Amino acid sequence: MRAVRTIEGTAVPLDRSDVDTDQIIPSDWLKQVERTGFEKGLFSEWRDDPGFVLNLEQFQGANVLIGGPNFGTGSSREHAVWAIQQYGFEAVISPRFGDIFRNNCTKNGLVPVQVDAETGERLMRMVEDDPTTVFEIDIASRTLRAGDIETTFPLDDSTQHRFLEGLDDIGLTLKLGDEISDFEGRRPAHLPTAS
Amino acid sequence: MAGKTLSEKVWDRHLVHSGDDGDLLYIDLHLVHEVTSPQAFDGLRLAGRTVRRPDLTLATMDHNVPTSNIDQPVADPISKKQMDTLAANCAEFGITCHAMGDPGQGIVHIIGPEQGLTQPGMTVVCGDSHTSTHGAFGAIAFGIGTSEVEHVLATQTLPQSRPKTMAVTVEGDLQPGVTAKDVVLAILGRIGTGGGIGHMIEYRGSAIRSLSMEGRMTVCNMSIEMGAKAGLIAPDETTFEYLEGRPHAPEGADWDAAVADWKTLVTDDDATFDKEVVIDAAEITPHVSWGTNPGQVVPITGEVPHPDAMVDATERNAAERALDYMGLAAGTPMKQVPVDTVFIGSCTNGRIEDLRAVAEVAEGRKVSINRAMIVPGSFKVKDQAVAEGLDKIFVEAGFDWREPGCSMCLAMNPDKLAPGERCASTSNRNFEGRQGRGGRTHLVSPAVAAATAIAGHFATPADLEN
Repeated sequence: MRAVRTIEGTAVPLDRSDVDTDQIIPSDWLKQVERTGFEKGLFSEWRDDPGFVLNLEQFQGANVLIGGPNFGTGSSREHAVWAIQQYGFEAVISPRFGDIFRNNCTKNGLVPVQVDAETGERLMRMVEDDPTTVFEIDIASRTLRAGDIETTFPLDDSTQHRFLEGLDDIGLTLKLGDEISDFEGRRPAHLPTAS
Repeated sequence: MAGKTLSEKVWDRHLVHSGDDGDLLYIDLHLVHEVTSPQAFDGLRLAGRTVRRPDLTLATMDHNVPTSNIDQPVADPISKKQMDTLAANCAEFGITCHAMGDPGQGIVHIIGPEQGLTQPGMTVVCGDSHTSTHGAFGAIAFGIGTSEVEHVLATQTLPQSRPKTMAVTVEGDLQPGVTAKDVVLAILGRIGTGGGIGHMIEYRGSAIRSLSMEGRMTVCNMSIEMGAKAGLIAPDETTFEYLEGRPHAPEGADWDAAVADWKTLVTDDDATFDKEVVIDAAEITPHVSWGTNPGQVVPITGEVPHPDAMVDATERNAAERALDYMGLAAGTPMKQVPVDTVFIGSCTNGRIEDLRAVAEVAEGRKVSINRAMIVPGSFKVKDQAVAEGLDKIFVEAGFDWREPGCSMCLAMNPDKLAPGERCASTSNRNFEGRQGRGGRTHLVSPAVAAATAIAGHFATPADLEN
């Protein structure tokens, strides 16, 4: 994972609740065995509508996506995160994220910025009124700034550390190899094996 | 010291490491399928890593597999490539794989339990959100993304932050004709799609305990539809009876030791939950979804709701959008809504008990709509249905009896809805386009799906008697 320290840019207001991962990337796109090329699939069913917010001139080039509550619920497909990132977004703001989506974000360096419902609503209106509003997200201080809003967002210490340093999760765990082996030595004999 | 909840007990016994940087959980069973694993195996190869415990890993093909002519090569070259890639990866890394047509093949969440691989107190993960199904055995089971799949392959562990705990208690007797699917749809109607986010739910109460293992799996399966990390039910005699004698269940002295251990997997009397919801079982009736998220449900005797009457603006906007997509007018009685297609199957309702419920309704009756598919969850389910003669009842009634797989639950294989086509489905998600672009999905129980296929509009088995 590449290190992520600060993000600065403009935002797109996707004013819908319950944007599930099937909407973010429809299942037709999941048949690929590669990890790239998903930007074309992002919201592909909605993007056919010229009036869809991602198609509007004033929001081109934005790198922050603002969604309604329950963003990224449903299917575990990490392709949703890849699609959002490969399209050009570096952070997603929502009052509430699906747990698996949120985890997938943190494995790829896409920043999930969780705000309270009222702040989410204000940010949405702010960007609708002025698409040039500049958003600043700072990982070290866990802070989001946009217009007259400044708010902190939750990010556990371990994820924050990995973001700032660009660390490989698996590499960190493998350092605990002895502890894993010790644990395996203590597992009850009646547990099944699949082979 | 205060007692522990079931989910806390299971969590704690899998702690490899616990510190300021979070918990590292050991994973007892890792299930793998063709869609969310190829990039994980690529990651291993790139980093020069191996699979730590191929013996705790099991793969199957389910999402892409066609449900007809499976003796022929897979027609869709992209699906075929994905399936071939899984087979090659499993061969390379020494993982058992149930390929298409293999007697052990089926939907990943159907085959684990039926082989006795899912047992109380375990941790089970899979790159699939409906992994929550396995919680029916008192296991912590949750869906993970592809990066986490790679992590488990490489280390057999996962770094996790501890979720909160939640109790959903359904107390009392269920009315005749009310199924596990109706119970979980009613819970969803109460707490909504975000109600479980950040929590492990324990389903409790006499109505939950009265359910069979199949019914419990249906309930736990849809925990993810509430946003929950996992959904669990404490193991009891029903669980032990289901497991005893299955291929991977413990035997002899191991069985006795296991059962003694499993009996400790209950929430202590003095334990507390972070959140609690209580539902009166007697108030639950057969349910049907009307919208585009699984929290948008009504009793089948109800009508399409009026968005105008919704106080919350977010809920109102979502309802307006949903009705537009679904092509439904507010105030329409659900039982007057005509249906084009019925889909019976999926990891939610593709088990033998579900097929028996359908057969009971179908016997001696005729399907009145164009398409009514029945897709067993696995070859074992299919073989059992055939042994019981259910297949003959289905075919005689005009149902299309197919080969096992995920099928029209998510339309990654050729089984899809056409734009505007309306489907009564026993699956788990009524999202826009879930069953095919522009398709309109209504979630129901197997009994309601069967009755609907016969009536041509939403109906319960009791409606067919009148």
